[in-house]
Amino acid sequence: MTFRPGPPPPAPETRGNAAAAAPLTDGEWHRLHPLTPLLKGGIFLIVILGYVLNSLRDQVVEFFIPGSGPQEDGDPVRYVYEHGVVGWVLLGIVVLLVVLIGLFYLSWRMHEFRVTGEIVEVRSGVLFRTNRKARLDRIQGINISRPLVPRVFGTAKLEIAQAGNDANVQLAYLGAKAADDLRQRILVLASGAKEDEDGTGPVRASNGRLMDHVDQVFAPELDPAAVHATRIVKVHPGRLIASMLLSGTTVFILLAIAAMIVSVALTGEYGILFGLFPAVIGAGGYYVRKFSRSLQYTIAETRDGIRIGFGLVSTSNETLPPGRIHAVSVAQPLLWRPFGWWDVRINRATNAGNGASNNQQVSSIVLPVGTAADVRVVLDIILPGLVGTAVAGPAASQEQLREGASEAVDVVDDSLTTSGDRGGFVHSPRRGAWLRPLAFRRNGYRFVPGAVLLRLGAVWRSLVIVPLPRVQSVKVSQGPLERALRLASVHVQTVQGPVTAHVGALDAHDAQQLWADTAGRAVEAAAADTSHRWREREARQPSVTSPADVHTAGSGAPAGPGPDHRTGTVPPGSSWSDVPPPGAAR
Amino acid sequence: MPRERLDEPGLGLTGTTWTRVSPKLVWTELITTVVIGLVVTAGCVLIAVVSGGFERTAGTVWWCIAIVVFVIAAVTAALTPRRVRAIGYALRDDDLVLRRGLMWQRFTAVPYGRMQLVDVNRGPLDRVLGMSELKFVTAAASTNVRIPGIPFADADDLRDRLVELAESRRAGL
Repeated sequence: MTFRPGPPPPAPETRGNAAAAAPLTDGEWHRLHPLTPLLKGGIFLIVILGYVLNSLRDQVVEFFIPGSGPQEDGDPVRYVYEHGVVGWVLLGIVVLLVVLIGLFYLSWRMHEFRVTGEIVEVRSGVLFRTNRKARLDRIQGINISRPLVPRVFGTAKLEIAQAGNDANVQLAYLGAKAADDLRQRILVLASGAKEDEDGTGPVRASNGRLMDHVDQVFAPELDPAAVHATRIVKVHPGRLIASMLLSGTTVFILLAIAAMIVSVALTGEYGILFGLFPAVIGAGGYYVRKFSRSLQYTIAETRDGIRIGFGLVSTSNETLPPGRIHAVSVAQPLLWRPFGWWDVRINRATNAGNGASNNQQVSSIVLPVGTAADVRVVLDIILPGLVGTAVAGPAASQEQLREGASEAVDVVDDSLTTSGDRGGFVHSPRRGAWLRPLAFRRNGYRFVPGAVLLRLGAVWRSLVIVPLPRVQSVKVSQGPLERALRLASVHVQTVQGPVTAHVGALDAHDAQQLWADTAGRAVEAAAADTSHRWREREARQPSVTSPADVHTAGSGAPAGPGPDHRTGTVPPGSSWSDVPPPGAAR
Repeated sequence: MPRERLDEPGLGLTGTTWTRVSPKLVWTELITTVVIGLVVTAGCVLIAVVSGGFERTAGTVWWCIAIVVFVIAAVTAALTPRRVRAIGYALRDDDLVLRRGLMWQRFTAVPYGRMQLVDVNRGPLDRVLGMSELKFVTAAASTNVRIPGIPFADADDLRDRLVELAESRRAGL
């Protein structure tokens, strides 16, 4: 086998691997956890091993009890055994294993990452080298997932979500502790804060190596102290099951079953029922999967944004820094109405989970099911970073942010089920009933400081909150029918996602007013927005005169772009050029 | 019944000077409409004849469809000059406003800081007539702001100007 690796990486830069205790954000190149090759490629080895062992079993049985086992022809292991070439085959397997392990080892050696004050960079590949750099201030979220097997080995996968399709940076696998620590440090760097004030949080007493490992494997999904969580919402498993059973999917399945029963009763053909088994298994699998992925669902407020975690056996949790949510909807499916349950969904700029990494759920659902009280707490958690910054300005404290968002929270909380003028909403006129026969009194909008709220739907109720700094564009439109009725619709356009901020059948005057106001306020809000470096303001206040800010200190670049960094309007070009090329002397 | 169109005073755009697109765009639009209209009509007529003309129900239905398609195409073609005149854009202080449509009227405002990139496209017909189409891309897929019918030189200038404006008002996503 001719195997020609690319030019070897500059070796002296690497300082140990990710399992080591050294901080991973020192701007040097680091390797992933040494078990990575096993976890990534181990599946193949296990499959091969399992096949060989399974085939050998018959052989072993026959060895001890001659003439008893079933004699199949064409079994390769049996063929090998009978022709006396066991040695050769074993040698072949050993060589194959050595080559495979060598390849995995090589790919692990070549897979390195580094985190500087400005970027996170990953390079990997043996024959085809890839190199990916991502800017820290454009991070849309950091996800840590622990599937069962890696969890047993004390490792975790860290994924840094970036805006765009297939733009995420994956670090699989890191040590579980290292992953948590790295996330914390990346968030601190990305936030623009000077440094992490109180270090790593409480340190637990060690009970010996083995017990520590066991503790880690069985640790609860969320440790409030470790993530500086101030508020936590939990989803009750019973309610979760009920909410899933009361979904549109269930209605569809019931209708399908009814149709089957009717057709069987009419035709008298029972054979058709056997064809249904795959469908039944499929439906069951759907519910089990959905349920197990939503178990232990928690939403917590931490210093660096919202933390959404879930999972029982395979856990996953994601931290969304403030200002990364582009629209929020609080909605109530019809069947949940008797119970007063709601769900909260968001639009995000990242496409995490479009097939590649299956964390679709983290991407868009914040609260899978909850009462109005839960919704209020969740909004209290997510809105200060979105709406509060737009109201209180970039230099506000956490309390001011909360105060700034309080009106939005109050209005939403109050307006979940209302209609008419209550809550200050401008709603459709009477003639809007031609287009919104039931909802015309509910269908409306209002502004709160920092956001525009749309109250929609009388049967499928929902409330959409679009933070003004995140508005991408606004459209007002009027078709012939709407013109005849003197109505118009407005579409507040945000990044793609489950939330659509579209309100139709408004009075033409109101619609035009909404358009003009949104367009104007969005520009103002965006100009004042600094959430891409969300904690920079805290860092700035104590050290306005200090010439070395965190960016230049972190990346070691000679001359930073200067005061631009502190005003929050960072031209993208300049921060890229600060990063020295890989291999530069540091 | 009083008709009310979306208008400048209502939208707070009083005094805005709209830049209109090149009148030559009429030809591009007209040719496209006529060709598509004729092809679809011909297809429907063909199916109508094959399925038995007016003697059979299916044939009659297809004839009706063909006539409807033809009428729609004819109306669209007849209104093309007015529709092209209705397209306009304005560069305000902080955002670009685009207006389009006669029957389906729409106004879109895009803050400069939200622009991710600007495309300049030229189709074969556009190229013959010396026009370009500008397309603005924001982080929202639904924004879809396209300005057709801008003369070559103006298109490049406008693109550079917009990129410059976007650069000076750059914000996060």
